Amino acid sequence: MPTYVNPNKCDGCKALDRPACHHICPTDLMVLDKALGKAYNQEPDQCWECYACVKVCPQTAIDMRGYADVVPLGASLTPLRGTDSIMWTVKFRDGQTKRFKYPIRTTQWGSIDPGKYALPPTPEDIKSQMLCGEPKWLMVDQLPVISSKLNKRGE
Amino acid sequence: MTQPETETVETDVLILGGGMAGCGAAFEAAQWAKAKGLRVIIVEKAVIERSGAVAMGLSAINCYMGMRWNQNKPEDFVHYVRNDLMGLSREDLVYDIARHVDSSVHMFEDWGLPIFKNPDGTYKREGRWQIMIHGESYKPIVAEAARSAVGENNVYERIFAARLLLDSKVPNRIAGAIGFSVRDNKIYVFKAKAVISSAGGATGVFRPHAHAEGLGRIWYAPWNTGSVYSLMIQAGARMTQMEHRLVVARFKDGYGPVGMWFLLFKALFKNAKGELVEDKWANLLNEWAPYGTNKPIPTPLRNHQMLTDFRAGGGPFYLRTDEALQRMFMEAQNDPKKIREIESEAWEDFLDMTMSQALIWASDNIDPAKTPTEVVLTEPYLMGSHASGVGAWVSGPEDVAPKEYFWGYNRMTTVNGLFAAGDGVGGSAHKFSSGSYTEGRLAGKAAVAYVLDQGTSPNIDQDQVEAIKVELWKPFENYEKGKGSSTRDDINPNYIYPKMALHRLQKIMDEYVAGLGSQFITTEAMLLKGLERLQVFKEDLQHLAARDLHDLLRCWEVWDRVWCSDAHIRHMLFRQETRWPGYYYRADYPKMDEQNWKVFTNSRYDAKTGEWHLQKIPFLTNFA
Ligand SMILES: Cc1cc2nc3c(=O)[nH]c(=O)nc-3n(C[C@H](O)[C@H](O)[C@H](O)COP(=O)(O)OP(=O)(O)OC[C@H]3O[C@@H](n4cnc5c(N)ncnc54)[C@H](O)[C@@H]3O)c2cc1C
Ligand code: SF4
Ligand code: SF4
Repeated sequence: MPTYVNPNKCDGCKALDRPACHHICPTDLMVLDKALGKAYNQEPDQCWECYACVKVCPQTAIDMRGYADVVPLGASLTPLRGTDSIMWTVKFRDGQTKRFKYPIRTTQWGSIDPGKYALPPTPEDIKSQMLCGEPKWLMVDQLPVISSKLNKRGE
Repeated sequence: MTQPETETVETDVLILGGGMAGCGAAFEAAQWAKAKGLRVIIVEKAVIERSGAVAMGLSAINCYMGMRWNQNKPEDFVHYVRNDLMGLSREDLVYDIARHVDSSVHMFEDWGLPIFKNPDGTYKREGRWQIMIHGESYKPIVAEAARSAVGENNVYERIFAARLLLDSKVPNRIAGAIGFSVRDNKIYVFKAKAVISSAGGATGVFRPHAHAEGLGRIWYAPWNTGSVYSLMIQAGARMTQMEHRLVVARFKDGYGPVGMWFLLFKALFKNAKGELVEDKWANLLNEWAPYGTNKPIPTPLRNHQMLTDFRAGGGPFYLRTDEALQRMFMEAQNDPKKIREIESEAWEDFLDMTMSQALIWASDNIDPAKTPTEVVLTEPYLMGSHASGVGAWVSGPEDVAPKEYFWGYNRMTTVNGLFAAGDGVGGSAHKFSSGSYTEGRLAGKAAVAYVLDQGTSPNIDQDQVEAIKVELWKPFENYEKGKGSSTRDDINPNYIYPKMALHRLQKIMDEYVAGLGSQFITTEAMLLKGLERLQVFKEDLQHLAARDLHDLLRCWEVWDRVWCSDAHIRHMLFRQETRWPGYYYRADYPKMDEQNWKVFTNSRYDAKTGEWHLQKIPFLTNFA
C-alpha cells in the first residue's frame, strides 16, 4: 500500500539537514525530487504502509492511498504522534470517523542509561550464564537452571 | 556509477542488522566490552529507530514467562514449543531464551515501554505467553538503549551487509564483512574478531496474495530479504531446518495478526456456513499424534484443518469479530464507557502494529463489532523467531545443551567467531520480539567472551576484497554496457532489472515449491524442476542491472532471496515426509515419519566446490 505526498504541504524539509521521510523509511522508498524540491515514493509496490514516514513528516504532508489492486478508495487513517502518545483519526469510506489515543512512552526520550544495568565484569562473570543486570532484572532470586537432566552432556 | 570509494573499519564485535536481536546484542555486548576497552559496532541497512519487523510497532510481547509471579517456568515453555513444532526444536536453546527473557521485558518497561496492567499490578495477558503493550514506540525505545550503549559513532546506518569475510590464514574463522552504502558511492570493509548475524528473516521469496501495487503489503517486513541466511550459507556455516517455513492465518489483504482476537477476545474461527473449523475437522488431528492430540493445536495443524475445509467447500473463512465484540459488550452490560474501552483496545491491536488492516476496515466500511473479517493463509516465509525454525545450527549454553550441541560459545555457528541471533538461529522458535532481543543479548555476551579468549586480529586477503568489490558493482557495469540496445530502458536483451528478477523468483517458488498457487503441495519431481529453473535463473542473474544505489540494493536483496530458496528446496527434497501439513505437503510422502525423520536436517554449502551437503542430526534433549 503506497504513501503519497501532498505537493501543497511538502516543503522538502528545507529547515532540516535532510528530508525526514527519506531518512526514516526502512526500505529506502521516500526520495526528494530535486527539481521540484518535494518528496515522492520511488517504489510504491514495496511500501509496507508502516507509517514511519507519515509519523515523522513535520508538515503532515504524507498520506496513504490503499493499494489500488485491492482496496476501495475513500478512506483515510491519520496519525498525530507526540512525545508520550499518538492520536489516530480513522475516516471510513462512508464518511464515518473514529478517533483513538494511545500512550507510546512513559519516560522522557533520551533518558535511558544503559550503564545502570552493568555488572562489574570480572573474568568469572563473563563465563557465567548470567546476563547483565541479572538476576536483579529477572525479579526472581536466581537464574533458573535445568532441573531434569536426561542425557545431560551425553553422560 | 563510478568506482566506489572504500573505507576500512576495525572493530572487536560487529553486529549485522540492528533489529530486535541486533539491538539486544549491542546493548549486552557493550556492557561487557566497555571495561575491556573493546569496540562494538552495528551495521544496519536502514536506521535502527524504525528498522526490522518491529518498525511499525507491536501491540503485544509474545514471549514472557512471568517467573516473578510464578506464572510459568522455563520448562513449561519448552513443552509448549516442542508440541507446536511437531517435536523438533533445539530445546536447549528454547529453554535458554525462556529463563532470560523476563529480564529483557522488565528493562523495556523501565526504559519507558507502556505495558497493560491488571488491577493487582501483574501484566495483562493476551494468552499464556503473551502480554499486551502500547507498543507504537517499542522499536525507537529499544534503539535508544542500543545507540546509547555502543555510542553514536559505532552505529553505521544505510549500509547493506553483502558478504562475510573469512580469515585468510586461520581456517574456518570469521574476519569481518563487506557492505555498501545505500546513500554514497562507497564500500565498507569491516574487520572484526567476532561477528553477530542478526539481519532478520526472509520475505518475498514466495508470490504473495497481491501482485501489483500491493506486492509489498505482506505480513512479515518486506525489507527482511533473507540476508541473515545468505550471508551465513555463503560463509560455509551449517544451517538447520531450512525446510521449516512459516505459513500463518491472517486477516485478508491487510495481513493483520489474529492473536489478540483469538486468544484474548475469544473470537471464533468459522467457515462460510458458520461451522467451527476446529471442531469439524477434529478427527484429522489423530493422524499427527502425539502432537496433534495435545493442546494447544500446533500452528501447522490449524492451517491443515482450514485447507481441508476449503477443499470441502467451506470458504471464505471468518474470524467472528462481530460475535466476540457483541458478547463482550453484553458482559459489560452495554455501559458506553466500557464499550468505548473495548472498541479502543480492538482497534489498537492494528493501530500499533498493522495499520493497513485498520485502513482496510475503514475502506470496506467494516465495523468489527457488526461485520466479521475474512481470514486467509499467508504465503510462506523463512524465519526462525515465530512458529517455524529455519536458521543457523548454533552451539547451545554450556549448562543446558547436550554435549553434541555445545562447542565453546553460546549461539556460535559452526564458523569460529560467527554468532547468530533472532530469525538467524534455527530450531529454536517462538522467540518473537522479546526472545529475539534476548537471544541477541546471549550472542552479544558470548561474542565478547570469544574475543577475550581468542582475540588475535583477523587476516584479510586484499585480493579477495577487491574481487568482491568488483562483483558488487557489476550491476552498474551491466547497465552501462547494455543500455544502448533498446529504445525502452526496461525491455533490453542484455540485462534484467531486479523487480522482474523478483517476480521470476516468486513465480518459480510459488509454482514448484509449494506456494499459495500450488496450495502448499509439492513432490520430489516438482522440487527438482524448481531447482533446475532456479539454476538457470542464477545464470541470468549475472545480468542484473542497476541504475542507482537503490537498484543496487534491490539486486543484492534478490540474490539473498535466491540463496534462501536454494537452501529451502534442497532441505524440502531431503526430508522425505510431511511433518508440518498446512505449511507444506510432500504429496509423495504424505505422512509424518517419526521413525526415520524425527531428526534435524542440516546443510552446509561448500563455496570451493559449489556443492551442498545434507545430513540428519539426531534429536537430543535434556528435558523430560
Ligand atoms: C506484523 C508483525 C506482527 C508481529 N507481532 C508480534 C507480537 O505481537 N509480539 C512479538 O513479540 N513479536 C511479534 N512479531 C515478531 C517480531 O517482530 C520478530 O520475531 C522479531 O522482530 C525478530 O527479530 P530479528 O532481530 O531477528 O529481526 P528484525 O527485528 O526484523 O531485525 C532485522 C534487522 O536486520 C536489518 N537487515 C536486514 N538485512 C540487512 C543487511 N543485508 N544489512 C544490514 N542490515 C540488514 C533489518 O533492516 C532489521 O533492522 C511480529 C512481526 C510482524 C512483522
Ligand atoms: S518529511 Fe514531509 S516535508 Fe519533509 S520532504 Fe518528506 S514529505 Fe516533504
Ligand atoms: S510507509 Fe513505511 S515503507 Fe512506506 S514509504 Fe513510508 S516509511 Fe517507507
